[in-house]
Amino acid sequence: MNRVAVVTGAARGIGYSISKKLVRSGWKVAGCDILEDDLKTAAGELGEDFHPWTVNITDEEAVKRTASDIEEKLGPVFGLVNNAGITRDGLIMRMQKEDWDSVLAVNLTGAFLMCRAFSRSMLRQKEGSIVNISSVVALLGAVGQINYASTKAGLLGLTRALAREYGTRNIRVNAIAPGFIETEMTRELPEKVREDYASRVPMKRMGQPGNVADAVGFLLDDVSSYITGVVIPVDGGLTT
Amino acid sequence: MSLESRVTEIIIDKLGVKPEQVTMEAQFDTDLGADSIDQYELIMGFEDAFGLRIDEEEASTLTTVGKVVEYLKAKDLDN
Repeated sequence: MNRVAVVTGAARGIGYSISKKLVRSGWKVAGCDILEDDLKTAAGELGEDFHPWTVNITDEEAVKRTASDIEEKLGPVFGLVNNAGITRDGLIMRMQKEDWDSVLAVNLTGAFLMCRAFSRSMLRQKEGSIVNISSVVALLGAVGQINYASTKAGLLGLTRALAREYGTRNIRVNAIAPGFIETEMTRELPEKVREDYASRVPMKRMGQPGNVADAVGFLLDDVSSYITGVVIPVDGGLTT
Repeated sequence: MSLESRVTEIIIDKLGVKPEQVTMEAQFDTDLGADSIDQYELIMGFEDAFGLRIDEEEASTLTTVGKVVEYLKAKDLDN
């Protein structure tokens, strides 16, 4: 029987690419997103093994309902990919508290709520693999992104702490730190900034969402069964 | 099977302890060597076996075998 993986932020960008990769590798994917229309489009493209779930992952009750809904319809969840993320960039002196709060709510609290919602069934199954999508900015920082960088660094703490909690239960928790990946999010940046970023990458080019998806596939698969609590940079050498 | 025996059986199964260790006075952490995740899983085991939900606040008070038995008896379960 095909294993079930839940992917948040599945409608677009890296989350879409991860979902596509997993569906092609034989997973049943529960794709969660708040963007209902984009999610429908994704479902149309990715076929019957992609099951769309419209949910606001900052809503505690909605996350609980979604989790039990997914388990009821698709069966026990083995994989969880916390990919959903937003940006509200700005220099600190101009950053509104709402900009800080909303980024924390989606990127960090959302991941916590998702991990918690599936912990019961993973403990019962005595297996599972959680992948948190962090970012190179967790390690390098970036001007105008104190909120985003804080959440991405926070995800690394969550990853390591939860890896310890679940260590004896055969549930692995890892993180991926993508570098400059061509997505809707990075396409919004000015061309000059994008060129500057690419020039700082040892491989001198931006990455593709598929590069991140491949790393997720590896961490969800049993081939990585003795790997937990790590952060894998997928960044063309940027953080080396 | 009595409620006590069912509880004892679940504890033996989850914690891998000997039957004679599971006295009513036995503390899950100090006497039976259960860490915090073990204790969470035990609560989960009781919930599954007796078909009820134990909230976090109540769960934190169930520190001995006897307390679990008393708690379940008070719930007046049909099965």
